[in-house]
Amino acid sequence: MGVGIEVRDLNAWFGKAQILKEVNMTVGPNAVTAVIGPSGCGKSTYVRCLNRMHETNPDAKLTGSVKVGDKEIYESGIDAVDVRRKIGMVFQKPNPFPTMSIYDNVAAGLRLNGFNKRHELDAAVEGSLKMAALWDEVKDVLKKKSGASLSGGQQQRLCIARALAVQPELLLMDEPASALDPISTGKIEELIFQLKTQYTVVIVTHNMQQAARVADYTGFFLMGKLIEFDKTEKIFTTPSDKRTEDYITGRFG
Amino acid sequence: MPSLSKPLSPWRRITNVAFIGLSALASVLVLAPLVAIFGYLLYKGIGSINLAFLTKIPKPVGESGGGMANAIIGSVMILGLGSIFGVPLGIGAGIYLAEFGHGKLVTLVRFTADVLNGVPSIVVGIAAYTMVVLPQQHFSAFAGGVALGIMMVPTIARTTEEMLLMVPNTIREAALGLGIPQWRATLQVTLRTASKGVITGCMLAFARVAGETAPLLFTAFGNQFWNVNPNQPTAALPIQIFSYAISPFDEWHKQAWAGALILIVLIVAAVSAVRIVTSRGTMANNA
Amino acid sequence: MSTPTESDLPRLLRIDTHVATAADNAAVERAELPVVPRIVLHSSPISKWLDWVFRNLLLLCSLSVLGVMGIIFYELTSRSKLSIAKFGLHFFTGQTWDPVAGDFGALPFIYGTLLSSVVALLLAVPLAVGVAIFVTELCPRMLRGVISFTVELLAAIPSVIYGLWGIFVLVPILRLQVQPWLSKYGAWTGLFTGPAYGIGMLAAGIILAIMIVPIIASITREVLVAVPQSQREAVLALGATRWEMVRMAVLRNARAGIMGGIILGLGRAIGETMAVTMLIGNRPEIAKSLFAPGYTMASVIANEFSEATDDLYLSALVEIGLALLIVTVIVNACARLLVWSITRGSSVRSHA
Repeated sequence: MGVGIEVRDLNAWFGKAQILKEVNMTVGPNAVTAVIGPSGCGKSTYVRCLNRMHETNPDAKLTGSVKVGDKEIYESGIDAVDVRRKIGMVFQKPNPFPTMSIYDNVAAGLRLNGFNKRHELDAAVEGSLKMAALWDEVKDVLKKKSGASLSGGQQQRLCIARALAVQPELLLMDEPASALDPISTGKIEELIFQLKTQYTVVIVTHNMQQAARVADYTGFFLMGKLIEFDKTEKIFTTPSDKRTEDYITGRFG
Repeated sequence: MPSLSKPLSPWRRITNVAFIGLSALASVLVLAPLVAIFGYLLYKGIGSINLAFLTKIPKPVGESGGGMANAIIGSVMILGLGSIFGVPLGIGAGIYLAEFGHGKLVTLVRFTADVLNGVPSIVVGIAAYTMVVLPQQHFSAFAGGVALGIMMVPTIARTTEEMLLMVPNTIREAALGLGIPQWRATLQVTLRTASKGVITGCMLAFARVAGETAPLLFTAFGNQFWNVNPNQPTAALPIQIFSYAISPFDEWHKQAWAGALILIVLIVAAVSAVRIVTSRGTMANNA
Repeated sequence: MSTPTESDLPRLLRIDTHVATAADNAAVERAELPVVPRIVLHSSPISKWLDWVFRNLLLLCSLSVLGVMGIIFYELTSRSKLSIAKFGLHFFTGQTWDPVAGDFGALPFIYGTLLSSVVALLLAVPLAVGVAIFVTELCPRMLRGVISFTVELLAAIPSVIYGLWGIFVLVPILRLQVQPWLSKYGAWTGLFTGPAYGIGMLAAGIILAIMIVPIIASITREVLVAVPQSQREAVLALGATRWEMVRMAVLRNARAGIMGGIILGLGRAIGETMAVTMLIGNRPEIAKSLFAPGYTMASVIANEFSEATDDLYLSALVEIGLALLIVTVIVNACARLLVWSITRGSSVRSHA
């Protein structure tokens, strides 16, 4: 089951450049939230702060609080590794492990966490691949083909299956379809739509139509600030901020 | 059954800490010999370096004093000869690889250069011996120069190639577009743009062969006396260090340390100069 | 807007145009300007010829690389004919090396080369890979440059200085401290028995290890850097520790290249001459114990080449050189192919 997120006064830096400024956002469970904005507005950094991936860059700094479910993930004593185990992430470019089979790719997260029994893994791999709508295409070559031998769209769905296999409470997607063709993009969007019955999803996109199609809520970022956050319908029909309106009507960005 | 809701298993934490600890330990263990070697070189070498060491030739066993002046001059001569053979060939080959570089021939040359780089120096020494010393019937600085020159070619060729490939194509086109013939465009524009990197390659090759001993053992051979004739057996710093180090005399051991210190200062200066020049280059590129 | 007449122009300019029209010479010169390109056109056959010369000179330079390789092979093969004809394959299985009797068998040298290289690899590989991982994946950015520069320096120290340091520093430590300890606790393996001279196979192996660490470490670093960042992020996002990230994302993808670096280090260890000659003891015997003195292919050439008086003796030494050449060429070719396949962006990068 998905959990809610509560972000308070989030500031993030790379070196001296401040990427995020005083971001506040509350997201309910089992909903899809889209994060939109022109490139360089901080939207990718924002989702990377939600699973503590931001700090993997040695220049990164951060202040503020992020609650996932009822846990504060930046509390001292909380291990970033523990946080990431419960939050799945899908990246802009598909990044399957080229040296592992399809099966091993999906099982990777479970194996890390000590699941080694054949039947447990088999069931989890099949379930995740089915959920990612990839099972029918790969079920005959699970252990024969490498994750890198699939097409770009299949690779991205494999990465989604890999993220789902550990049953995360929250799924983060950083422009998951930007490197894909329209047909694969359609499949991914359909998938996101189904996922929200069981997961909380935060998706970064530069494609406003995509946000309008899949998201329940949408946040608009500009120069590191969250300008407006509301129901998707409201953002795209009657935005309350002039800058949001300019952006969605295509006047800049 | 393992569970995802429990915190990270202690085993995973321990492995992780052990891993970080072990790789840090590996770094310390790798750096320790360097500190030990440089420390000893300074400690033993500085005490033995004096004016006589730099200006006198070796004294016979039993007499104290004397120096390695002839070996220093000999090394300069052999390295100079090596550079005369190696630098033009290496740069020429590098330019060809970068500027006319396509087809099987170029791949073969590139590959052979890399393999030649790994051929043991002593084998190069044998080849120089059979090519130069045997026909001439005597050892010479010239033969030593041939051996070192051969060893310099692959390094210089491959760095020159790499540096030239970094010169943007627009610069070549700009020169050719002015109607400058290709040979002038390549030499005066492309090569000049990459000159810093090419010099770096030459310095690296120089530093690499400056301390070579094995190929000189039966080419330059060594000499206890002054010699500036490139056609005669000639002393070289590394050979002198070697023969003094394995001798049973304390006085000679001291001289070996002093010679080693001078040799290492020469090499480290070359390598550091390269490092400074190249790091400036990358900083400029980033800016 | 109307076009400005001459009177609208600033005074200075007007004077200028006036001068230009008045000075006939200047006008004539300007008219004849196209003469310059015509000169270039005239010289074009020469410049074409120069281009041809330039190109072929460079071709000659690059062919010289192949030529040198060919000459080395030719010289070593032809000069070792005598020994090849007399001993055939027995040369590599014979255990006696007796220049006086004219009986030459290279097995002790081959054994010494192999054993010292294996000892060196066993010691150097974990250290080199460890240091490369530490530099690329773990250490603070400030330390990164310092450590890689120091490792580079280690590669720049000449062999003869390693030997010198080995004789006067390493050997006494081995003789007085390490070897007594090893023979107390490790004698049962059979590797650490016999008198502790200090000098011997163990000393040679250790000095070789120090010398090949920089090669393995720098190549490993290169291939680790070539692993795309997205692979590391994928594993981290699954909730992996640092170690798990390195194991799954980094080492797994880079293993072929690391193997290449190790083989390159092996090639260097096999051919390394001076430091080994100074430390191994130079005795052509085959002993199991690492304390015992040995002899390598490269050291026997270094020690005996300039003293080899008769043709057969010289020929036998050149044949050892030839064997050394063939082995190192094969080893280096394999290593280069492995490293190229990684850093030239084939396997890992195209997958990412």
